[in-house]
Parts: sequence; structure tokens; C-alpha cells
Amino acid sequence: MRLRGVQKTFREPGKPPVEVLPGIDLDVAKGELICLLGPSGCGKSTLLNILGGFETADEGTVTIDGQPVRGPDPRRVFVFQEYGIFPWMTVWDNIAFGLGEKRFEEKLEIVGHYIELVGLRGFEKTFPQQLSGGMRQRVAVARALAVKPDIIFMDEPLGALDSLTRLKMRAELLRIWQEEKPTILLVTHDVDESVQLADRVVVFSARPGRILEVVEVGIDHPREFGSREYTEIKNRLYELLGVKHAL
Amino acid sequence: MSSRVQRFALPIVVLLVLLAVWSVWAKGGGGGATDFPTPGEVLSGYADQFRTPEGERAPIIVKHVVSSLFRTLSGFLLACMFGVPLGLAIGWYTRAFYALNPLIQMLRPISAIAWIPISIMIFRRDDTRSIFLIFVAAFFPIVVSTAAAVRSIPQVYIRAAQNFGLSGWRLFKKVVLPAALPQVVTAIRVSMGISWIVVVAAEMVAVQEGLGWLIIDARYQGARTDLIVGTMILIGMIGLGLDTVLRKLETLDQVKWGITRRD
Ligand SMILES: Nc1ncnc2c1ncn2[C@@H]1O[C@H](COP(=O)(O)OP(=O)(O)OP(=O)(O)O)[C@@H](O)[C@H]1O
Ligand SMILES: [Mg+2]
Repeated sequence: MRLRGVQKTFREPGKPPVEVLPGIDLDVAKGELICLLGPSGCGKSTLLNILGGFETADEGTVTIDGQPVRGPDPRRVFVFQEYGIFPWMTVWDNIAFGLGEKRFEEKLEIVGHYIELVGLRGFEKTFPQQLSGGMRQRVAVARALAVKPDIIFMDEPLGALDSLTRLKMRAELLRIWQEEKPTILLVTHDVDESVQLADRVVVFSARPGRILEVVEVGIDHPREFGSREYTEIKNRLYELLGVKHAL
Repeated sequence: MSSRVQRFALPIVVLLVLLAVWSVWAKGGGGGATDFPTPGEVLSGYADQFRTPEGERAPIIVKHVVSSLFRTLSGFLLACMFGVPLGLAIGWYTRAFYALNPLIQMLRPISAIAWIPISIMIFRRDDTRSIFLIFVAAFFPIVVSTAAAVRSIPQVYIRAAQNFGLSGWRLFKKVVLPAALPQVVTAIRVSMGISWIVVVAAEMVAVQEGLGWLIIDARYQGARTDLIVGTMILIGMIGLGLDTVLRKLETLDQVKWGITRRD
């Protein structure tokens, strides 16, 4: 995936234009796990929406495998901040949603596999309302994985969860990523989250969101929370975000 | 008391208190109102209405209940048949919204009662007149609420569906329709209530049969207030019954998720 000069300004009549992305350049390799980190309102979601094909950049190009992005595509699946799973469908139907016209036996097998993978066996016939936040999140992830996408975009997928569930979900996300090897772009506010998960962390400035630095994490999984390297990277990220001395 | 018991006991207590107050008040001269019937008189009024006259197969009241119900359901179902698809279209296609919304918003506040003279001019038969009025009364709220339901579907559902390659009719069928359904069902239920209110009003003016007509007729039969109050109570109970039936729709899995209720 290659971004060149991606620029976006929101213009609304009667209001001053809001420049959100000043021109972003970034390359992402296949199978990488990238975290996008930056202050609230800096344009992370906007960038992800452009990559996902839900919004268009005013200028610049986004190409994936050499093809410009023209709109949403089942090969690149978005896991939304609000999950976006369908409350009128059971867990099973939600996960099968992207499988379209496949034979039923085939669906049964695929959905079964991913229900197992995200630990939701026994909840096939449950409706999302009866699930906890963490379980809904897992449904959203399973639905995305079930179509075997090349790329998964996640917009603060763990943002709404309590800190314990969040830790567990991170571990699961890593396990799934290691098993299935999709490219993952994950937006987060959380410095720890990015150090625990990412191959590289892209740090944005406040709006308009420039890329301040792309930090290589380069620690093997599983990562030791308190280790020296871990702490160094964490401090570096805090420093970039301008909060090092505030803590 | 457990809440189950309370659910049955509390309304009965309220009802008994009300009956007692009514009874005392009516016996004391009805606060100046001439001849307000006591609960007992209303009951014996029912004896008249539920009597089967010679040569007929059912009590008099049945004919009136049936024609009121027939008109209500016909007008209401027609309103659903046309109103729901139109509302969906207006909600989904921005152009349709621009084109039709102002007109609908203008027609909507016109009370169905105001249409009575028109209905008398256009239609010859009693039934068609009332059905038309009920249609008018139920149609606009259904269209407006259905359109609002579609327009308020969270964007994330639409985007998620598009992400998996859905568009056009399949997007509509698999996401738009089910996402709007709970609000549509609620709109339908509310419109059913409106229809039942309007049928009585319509029958008081435009026709010669039905529960509304029965009330007017009782007035001309030497002010039979016992029949008037009795019919009112009957109207209320049938309305309650209709609402209870439609409430069942809200307990379906496809609908339940979107209905927030505190009990
Ligand atoms: N559709 C829109 N119209 C106008 N302004 C918008 C629109 N969408 C976003 N913005 C503005 O663009 C800026 C960036 O928004 P964005 O949602 O990308 O931020 P973010 O980095 O994801 O923030 P957060 O971390 O809080 O989710 C915000 O200031 C927001 O007000
Ligand atoms: Mg955001």
C-alpha cells in the first residue's frame, strides 16, 4: 500500500475550511501491523476512511497492489469504532454476512472456524444485544476475517472496552494476526497498545495531522511490558506526542 | 407484592376506585350534568345492545363493531401498503425526499376530520368514505416515520455492508429494511391507534353504521346516555385489544433490538 501526498480539507458552507490531512506519504508492506497514533481530532479516522474507500482525498494518491483505491472493497475490510455489526442478525449471520452466495456447507465451515478462533462458540444464535462489548468486538473481527481480506482497517477497535478486556483482546488480536497474516492498520489513542502490537507506529501531530515520525518497534512477540527496549520506545512515543514531562 | 402480582392488581385497584367515584358522583346528580348514567345503568344499557333481535343472527352491537373494525383495518392496511414503500423510497433516495417531503409535511397537519366533506363529495358508499378518511389519517404518519427511520440508519451499517460488496437492491433488502424495521413497526402501531380514533369520528358524520354512529344515534334516541358511555367504553376496550395485538410485533427478534422499553 502506497500513499503519496494524501490531502484532505473539509469545507462546509459558512464555516472556515478545516485542513485535516496536509499531505501524507506512507508505504505499508504486506502482512505488516501498523498502528496510527495521534491526538484526538488529528485526522486518523479520516485517513483510514480514505484508505478504506469511504471517503476520497482532495489530492494525492492511494494505491494498493498498484491499483488506485476507488471505493470499499471486500478484500479490504474495515472494523469500525462502533463495531458496525448488525443488531438484527445473530452472531452466526453476522459473521457469515460477507460470504455472500457461497454454498451453505462452505459457510458453515468458515463461520465455524472463525467463531472458534475468536472464542464465541456457543453464541452462534445469540443477538449482539445480549453480548458484552468485548464479545461484539470479536464478532466484528470474525466477520472481517471470514472473507479472508488482504488488509484489515481498525478504527480504535478496543477503545470502548475496559482495560482488562482490552489487554485480553490485544493478545487475541496478535494471535489471530500471527495465524492469518493479514496486513493490519490500527488507529489508537493508546501508547501501550501501539507498542504492544505494532511493527511500526505512525505518530501524527495535532490537526492538521502531519506524520511526525514512524517509529520501528522491532521487539519480538511476546513483548515484555517492562523491558528496557519497550520502555524506551514508549518514552519516545510520549515525547513525540508532547506529554513526556506531564507524567 | 411481586411485580407480576402488582401488574394485575394495581390496574384493577385503580379501576375499582374509579368505578366507586363515578358511581357516587353519578348518583349525586352528576355534578349538574343531566342524567349522567351510573355504572349499573351502563351495564343494563349493554343488555339492550347485546340483545339479539327477532329474525337476526347476532346482537345489534356486533354489526356495528364489525363495520367499524372492517373500515379501520381496510384504511389502515391500505395506508401501510402505500405508506411504507413510499416512506422507504423517500428515506433512501435523497431526490425523492427533496421532491416529496415539503408536500407531505404540508398535508400531514390537516386533520382527517377536515377531509370529511371531501370524502362525502367523492365517495357514495359509507364504507369507502370512512376507509378514505382512515387512510388519510394513517398514511402520512406512516410515510413520515418510515422515511425518518431510513434516514436515521447509522452510517456505519451502510458502510459495513458496502464494504462487503453490497449495493442496490441487496443492500436495501439485507441492511436498509431490517435496520429501519423497528421504527417502522412502531409507526404502524401508532397509526393503528390513530385509525381507531378516526373511524369513530368519521362514523359520527359521514355514515349510517358503526360505533361512532351508535353514539350519535343514542343521543337522538332521547339522550340514552347509558348507551353513549357504554359504547365509549367498548371503543376503548377494542382499541386496547388492537394495540395489544400489534405490540406482539415488537417482541419479534427482528424488531426487538431496536425497541427500547423500560420494564
Ligand atoms: N465530515 C466532516 N465534516 C467536517 N469536518 C470533519 C468531518 N469529519 C471529520 N471532521 C473534522 O476533521 C478532524 C479530524 O477528524 P477525525 O475523525 O479524522 O479525527 P481522529 O484523529 O480520528 O480523532 P479521534 O481520535 O478523536 O477519533 C476533526 O477536527 C473533525 O472535526
Ligand atoms: Mg477517530
